[in-house]
Amino acid sequence: MKSGSNLERVLQSGQFAVTGELGPPKSASAKAIAKKAAFLKGQVDAANITDNQTAIVRMSSIAAGMLAMQQGVEPVIQMTCRDRNRIAMQSDILGAHALGMRNLLCLSGDHQKFGNHPTAKNVFDLDSIQLVQMVKEMRDEKKFLCGEEIRNTPKAPIVQPKMFIGAAANPFGDPFQFRVVRLAKKVKAGADFVQTQCIYDMERFREWMKQVCDRGLHEQVAILAGVTPLKSAGMARYMRDQVPGLSVPDALVERMKQAEDGPEEGIRICIEQIEEFKEMTGVAGVHLMAIEWEHKVPEIVERAGLLPRPQMKEKEPVAAG
Amino acid sequence: MIVAERKPIEEIEKEIEGCKKILIAGCGTCVTVCMSGGEKEVGVLASMLRMRAKMRGEELEIVETTVQRQCDREYVEELGAKAEGFDAILSMGCGVGVNYSTEVLDSVRVLPALNTRFYGANVDEGVWGERCAGCGECIVAATEGICPIARCSKSILNGPCGGSQDGHCEIDSEVDCAWQLIYERMEKLGRLDKLEEIAPPKDWSRGRDGGPGTVRREDATAIDEK
Repeated sequence: MKSGSNLERVLQSGQFAVTGELGPPKSASAKAIAKKAAFLKGQVDAANITDNQTAIVRMSSIAAGMLAMQQGVEPVIQMTCRDRNRIAMQSDILGAHALGMRNLLCLSGDHQKFGNHPTAKNVFDLDSIQLVQMVKEMRDEKKFLCGEEIRNTPKAPIVQPKMFIGAAANPFGDPFQFRVVRLAKKVKAGADFVQTQCIYDMERFREWMKQVCDRGLHEQVAILAGVTPLKSAGMARYMRDQVPGLSVPDALVERMKQAEDGPEEGIRICIEQIEEFKEMTGVAGVHLMAIEWEHKVPEIVERAGLLPRPQMKEKEPVAAG
Repeated sequence: MIVAERKPIEEIEKEIEGCKKILIAGCGTCVTVCMSGGEKEVGVLASMLRMRAKMRGEELEIVETTVQRQCDREYVEELGAKAEGFDAILSMGCGVGVNYSTEVLDSVRVLPALNTRFYGANVDEGVWGERCAGCGECIVAATEGICPIARCSKSILNGPCGGSQDGHCEIDSEVDCAWQLIYERMEKLGRLDKLEEIAPPKDWSRGRDGGPGTVRREDATAIDEK
């Protein structure tokens, strides 16, 4: 085992994995995490804890991850390159491991222009691929990026952070032909699993997966297909017209528009997608991003036939340090 | 060239508040070419300030001058000689001009009339675009002449990120995605395979992150002494 995380175990066992998403609050409320975690517990194998998503200030992903863990939800800590340099990143990774976190998703991060502090200075010391590489070197070579060993003193034991390394892939960004190459770079850098951008355009996703399989990447990395259930035709239009790097077919917007019960239709579409992913070569699981709709997760996973979630063996003992 | 833009007139007026006599100093190099701080722009700014002061009933004497370069001691001293008896020099040079004039001309205040934006090129009529970030260690051999540090909003060295769509950057559909440009150029040159290699973390210490930069050249020093 690379990290011993529940997510790693589920994927390694060959079972169809389910990850969720838990957005920390725009406040210091621990209760807000507990409330969302209650909907996800037992429904997902791990939940992504977003890192100041869309550049809006929220509770730190590691702090929120700790609170989620206390509620029985395994966190996937998201870390963006936007707000931290290599010093802060490595420091936070040490801290996350020490707190018992074992999954880390490496992201570039949305530009601060989209958020509530558009006048902020950004960092982007490393990019997401270099971050993946660094986390892998910390885990496998037991070294910091500078080459020094991860030990407190020359005589102290090496205690390296062992993370199950995630990366994102967007099959809907451009240039399309390069998307799979960039995924290959992330795999080469050391990604263990990949979560995709939310998929609405199944045709393009199928095409992308074919390219992924043609390169044999699905055998080197676990690909979790991203889905976000639509709540309404308005949301579908917003996703189509306003969110960069997303592809929402007009037919889907129309289907939502025609639906008598928008939320129900959105969930139905989502379940149809999951049913297809379960059969699709190279797809190892689903990443369910029910944005501010966490309470619908139990219903979706139930109806998609994803329950019960596998009960994996106890975590291997973690070296004390 | 260094590309700059004139500050809003109200901001300039606030800077020179209390001054009775100012010397507006243009610079004959980059800012002349990018039409923000040359002789012509000095004239326009002087007229505006005079007119607006007159309308407010305030006394303001303005003298106009433009030197070859505000980043060269020889020309800055020339400026200093002209500034004798003035309350301030309102520099229409880039930030370098303001700083260096301050440094050389210790006795007079030097205030900025421009906002210095970037190193860029005149890419279209009336349009200047950023093309270099002055990072101190040029990497564009790997990207066939297109700089992702200056031109990618996230300075990503292994791009493009997921926000690239239809050739545009996620921050603005008017902004080109640098990595789309790099991709197309590599494709055209038959070098797409090079993009499969992972670009390593950059040494930022060669640029601003290494502290204020100084370049020393033995050969240049020797020439001076002769």
